[in-house]
Amino acid sequence: MNYEAKWERERERKAFLVLDDGTIWRGVAFGARKDALGEVVFNTGMTGYQEILTDPSYAGQFTVLTTAEVGNYGINAEDVESRGLFLSGLVVGDLTGPSNWRSEKSLDEYLEANGTPGIYGVDTRALTLHIRAHGNRKAYLAVREDLGELEALDQARSWVGLDGQDYAAKVTCEKPYGFLRAEKPRRGEVINIVCYDFGVKTNILRSLAEWAKVTVVPADTSAESVLAMNPDGVFLSNGPADPSAVVYAIKNIRKLLGKLPLMGICLGHQLLALACGAKTARLNFGHHGCNHPVRNLTTGKVEITSQNHNFAVVPESVPDVLEVTHVNLNDGSIEGIRHNTLSAFSVQYHPESCPGPHDANYLFNQFRKMIVR
Amino acid sequence: MKRTDIRKILVVGSGPIVIGQGCEFDYSGCQAVKALRREGYKVVLVNSNPATVMTDPEMAEVTYIEPLTVDTVAAIIRQERPDALLPTLGGQTALNLAMELAASGVLDECGVEMIGANAEAIARAEDRNLFKAAMAEMGLDMPKSGSAHSLAEAERIASEIGSWPLIIRPGFTLGGMGGGIAHEVEEFREIVGRGLEASLNREVLIEESLIGWKEFELEVMRDRAGNAVIVCSIENMDPMGVHTGDSITVAPIQTLTDREYQAMRDDSIRVLEKIGIETGGSNVQWAVDPKTGRRIIIEMNPRVSRSSALASKATGFPIAKIAALLAVGYTLDELKNDITQVTPACFEPTLDYVVVKIPRFAFEKFPGVDKRLGTQMKSVGEVMAIGRTFKQAYLKAVRSLEAPLAGHDVASFDPWFKAQLDEIEAFRQHLGSLDCLGKLDPLLRQAKVFGFSDKEIAAAAKCDEAAIRARRLALDIRPEFGEVDTCAGEFEAKTPYYYSYYGYGSRGARSFSGSRETGRARKIMILGGGPNRIGQGIEFDWCCCHAAFALRKMGCEVIMVNSNPETVSTDYDTSDKLYFEPLTFEDVMEIYEREHCDGAIVQFGGQTPLNLAERLAAAGVEILGTSPKDITLAEDRDFFRALVKEVGVKQPPSGIAHTVKDALAIADEIGYPVLVRPSFVLGGRGMAIVYHEERLREYVEEAVKISEERPILIDKFLTHAIELDVDCVSDGKTTIVGAILEHIEAAGCHSGDAAAVTPPISLSAETIIEVESIARKFAERLHVVGLMNIQLAVKDGEIWMIEVNPRASRTVPFVSKAVGWSLAGEAARVMAGEKLNVADLRVLPISNTDSQFYCVKEAVFPFAKFPGADITLTPEMKSTGEVMAFGRDAATAYYKSQLAAGSPLPRPDQGGIVLSVRDEDKAEVVHLAKELDALGYEVWATRGTSTALWKAGIESNALYRIQLGSPNALDLIRLGKAKWIVNTREDGELAAHDSLKIRSAAVLAGVPVTTTLAGFAMAVRGIVAMAQNKGETVTARQNL
Repeated sequence: MNYEAKWERERERKAFLVLDDGTIWRGVAFGARKDALGEVVFNTGMTGYQEILTDPSYAGQFTVLTTAEVGNYGINAEDVESRGLFLSGLVVGDLTGPSNWRSEKSLDEYLEANGTPGIYGVDTRALTLHIRAHGNRKAYLAVREDLGELEALDQARSWVGLDGQDYAAKVTCEKPYGFLRAEKPRRGEVINIVCYDFGVKTNILRSLAEWAKVTVVPADTSAESVLAMNPDGVFLSNGPADPSAVVYAIKNIRKLLGKLPLMGICLGHQLLALACGAKTARLNFGHHGCNHPVRNLTTGKVEITSQNHNFAVVPESVPDVLEVTHVNLNDGSIEGIRHNTLSAFSVQYHPESCPGPHDANYLFNQFRKMIVR
Repeated sequence: MKRTDIRKILVVGSGPIVIGQGCEFDYSGCQAVKALRREGYKVVLVNSNPATVMTDPEMAEVTYIEPLTVDTVAAIIRQERPDALLPTLGGQTALNLAMELAASGVLDECGVEMIGANAEAIARAEDRNLFKAAMAEMGLDMPKSGSAHSLAEAERIASEIGSWPLIIRPGFTLGGMGGGIAHEVEEFREIVGRGLEASLNREVLIEESLIGWKEFELEVMRDRAGNAVIVCSIENMDPMGVHTGDSITVAPIQTLTDREYQAMRDDSIRVLEKIGIETGGSNVQWAVDPKTGRRIIIEMNPRVSRSSALASKATGFPIAKIAALLAVGYTLDELKNDITQVTPACFEPTLDYVVVKIPRFAFEKFPGVDKRLGTQMKSVGEVMAIGRTFKQAYLKAVRSLEAPLAGHDVASFDPWFKAQLDEIEAFRQHLGSLDCLGKLDPLLRQAKVFGFSDKEIAAAAKCDEAAIRARRLALDIRPEFGEVDTCAGEFEAKTPYYYSYYGYGSRGARSFSGSRETGRARKIMILGGGPNRIGQGIEFDWCCCHAAFALRKMGCEVIMVNSNPETVSTDYDTSDKLYFEPLTFEDVMEIYEREHCDGAIVQFGGQTPLNLAERLAAAGVEILGTSPKDITLAEDRDFFRALVKEVGVKQPPSGIAHTVKDALAIADEIGYPVLVRPSFVLGGRGMAIVYHEERLREYVEEAVKISEERPILIDKFLTHAIELDVDCVSDGKTTIVGAILEHIEAAGCHSGDAAAVTPPISLSAETIIEVESIARKFAERLHVVGLMNIQLAVKDGEIWMIEVNPRASRTVPFVSKAVGWSLAGEAARVMAGEKLNVADLRVLPISNTDSQFYCVKEAVFPFAKFPGADITLTPEMKSTGEVMAFGRDAATAYYKSQLAAGSPLPRPDQGGIVLSVRDEDKAEVVHLAKELDALGYEVWATRGTSTALWKAGIESNALYRIQLGSPNALDLIRLGKAKWIVNTREDGELAAHDSLKIRSAAVLAGVPVTTTLAGFAMAVRGIVAMAQNKGETVTARQNL
């Protein structure tokens, strides 16, 4: 490796991330040399950068990884969570080369090949504390070295941001497709599931496909079309940005409620809540990580969960038809709901993990039971 | 929910510090005891180690400083009638003891419930066969292996596995003692033999080699509701084949993807469930084939371990405290995270930094031993460092070591670690290619971000540290401070626990704008002792903790700086602020200035902080207590000689030699034997007693390589003198002698290795008064404010001065426990400006006239870990730890101390005694042998000794010299007939050779060896005393 050239770039620190509050976070460019706009969020997981990169929920965001070393185990062919990279850019502390028996390429090469910019050498702890104090902010990442700080700041400030934006439409699939696991479903009965793709992660599909035939449909597929497919259940996937902007989905869910068993995750959870009359609002800096304790109010057990959301269901707004089933132990926020009379439930966190612990994997089975009951 | 059906809980400590069981169990025990008492439980504590904070009288309700043996603890149980026994916080010692107690029936008899882990679960985790079966049922991959109870069985298993090398692990031991890696048949047989001996149940496990595989460890906490969390993940840089305790380890895991890590996490939690660990912390160790990812379970420890201490310090998650609370019925979600104080303890800490632990070895103490790292743990201490990158953490850890890195095979490291180390070295060389300071400027910040110290940059760029420092300060390159907050910044941390790092800064907010203000009037920094090593261990940490407690009580804000993860001083609630940092001038100065401290205490942490004192003072640090100048003066030969003369004490004649000729001349003049030592090392390193010119020549020429720059000091050695350790506290005017310790071994063995008794047993009242007066005079003349230790020798009623150290000594905790008065706490108070109040003292009488009880300190040695090491006690310290025993007379206390030290003296029905002593000892040995004979012991003796006994009318079995025939001492050890070896070094090559072999064999067989006549005499008195006062009861320290 040509250390001296690397060290020189690390001294020069020409790339920077500017937040709309005027703070500038310098570092070294890696990945694609392409400037980008986005909202800055931090993720506190210690593993899983490849899954984070390929999670469509990060669309429109710069993800700051708080873990100290990134790139360590490289990139492999298996640990992808969607067809591509949707986030605006990656912000890391130390970037290192890969060592793992499954590694096929470096993180740097991967970002470059996928047209995603990155910046390393940033004091991610300082940036994280800044976000904690000032909330997720709009930002501009300058890695091309042709834009001044003030111009970049203007760009960040004039960007429309994520509030009220329908990002699901940007990441959803173009047309329906069937998702099959390599092996046949384990159980005998054939269950058909339609999965709304608001930005679905592959491991959700893998988890469902363990016992079901899954058809993935675009976010704006009408309830009528879904019903016409005659599925046994409908799954509402995770996805990016503001749930209140995905008005068509809320309407469709209202139509499906009571007709078919429903399960939602993350954005899908928020949409189900909205469809039932609850409200959603922004959290100050959201939950992004792999260590959030959630209590299952039915069993009393605590699950360590994988989380990635900026919006949440407002507790005071939960209508009587809904029952809160899961609560976040850190801040008391709502993590799961169930309909009191109809077959529908959802969770704010990610039982499919990838990245994160597998504690909540049972929820997919709960969905299956709801269907076969 | 907290259990209300139990009220009184017995907590078992881990005994003396040995290799494989360091002071981490004091840390865990303290946390547990504090937590349980806060919950209203009555805690009964038993531990034999006086240098622990857990045995402080104010910690547990009832404290027994007693041997950790089944008989003793059973007696305590019968006396105290606890409802429950918590065995998971005192290391392997407590776990083994709990199993033995359960087997003895005393727990059932007294209705004592084992909490934390029950006997079945412990057995399933510890018994290799049960463990293997359980893992196989879970479908976990295991190495090919088998367990053997004999050599023949072992050889059959080896041929079944069919490949070399093979790993041999004894069952039920600590620190992998007695294990090893065999590359061929001969080696295999030797290690198996040793392993069978070391194993409590005479069992060894033989298994397929996973040498070179990646090694990982997860720390799991589980509660009775089945909630489980991973507190910390650890990756070993040294791969499989090197004991985890000897490995450089890193947290969090660096080279596994989420998929691989989560699968390991799932399995680790399942392992706890399968083994039946209802509540508490356990670690689960895994090996991963770096080529294929095949993952194999290695082992799990159903208890708090060395790794859990590291994991606690690395993450801020107090594993021991939480484990104790879970054991009494709480669930994880009912407990708060102490660091954030708002989120629950039921979560997984996430790190935004890297932690590196590096072990510290003491091979220099044991010449000739195998220095290669293997499955048997050899390190005596460790350092931990925190950085924002691996490189920063690693470089910090290396400089925290205060010793060169030893023994690690970098070629065996994972490529990721190799790449990091490679870049570090490349940058170091790059710095070296710049020949002047001017060119260095643009690289200076980058060098700091890499993690290099000013000193390392100076060394690389061939200039001096002061120049680099000055330049760095001029460029305003200063560290940032991060917090260990358990949550990577997601929540605000309420507990101030910091580490430094260099970054490039940003135009945003600094990561940590300023230190949190406690609003206390005075801020005092306490410098800890760094890594444990032989000669500087837990005793100094105890002093630092007591200083912190006392100063906080006075209303001062205490800032602790230390790099040792095993200690109580680095627990987050010992001080007001904790800085986990190397103890170097540079690192300490940055903290001192950032905190605007009002003063620093350097005299409690041993040599490490003392060595910094003068530079710190010169840089503007207010050193509290005795001035660094006076501390140094006490070490100045000429000054000291004059001072001793002024005070009017005798001092052995001495000289300083720069050449061999000088040395011989000096020795001739003052007369043999002489005590010789290099002038350039501290702590008894390289010290020896020399009896003849020939040996002196050898020592000077070969061992020390004398030269103009490396002179040696030669002192007259006082034979058969009684050595004394005197520990006192002075406020500059008043000096209080805490206690006088009389060494049981004659002068010449390092004071840290000697057994000692207080109150003294053979001093006259006049001598005691004179000793006190000498102490006062020295304290006054050295302007001592704080602690002072004096070493004296008494011969024929005359007092000789050996050494004065105006600072904390190793014996301070022992003395404090003996007299019931914290010398270190008092010293800290006077250093902060208060005066001693003599009226407050509740002190054990210094003299023996009206003493109700006696206290004996005995040292514990690591010889069993170092086959072939000479176990003779010399002026060079070799012990790793100590025990304390109380008795109504000195002999009883001594007997109990041997029991506590793990060298129990046999009863007449347990086996024979081998006597082999030098000529000058024979007369007295005859005396002692008579008493043993009368008690019915079978005595074996080498020819000379046997003849002497026969002449005195004592029958003994004659033994041959080893090379001359059978039976000899080795045969008796092998046959298990010899249960005690008394062997004072004989003259002559053949005899010396015999001694070495006999002692080594005895150590490996676990047979106690007494190497001094004085020790033998005391032991015989102890045996006689125990025979007379049958039914000596156990007594709580609080009741003495």
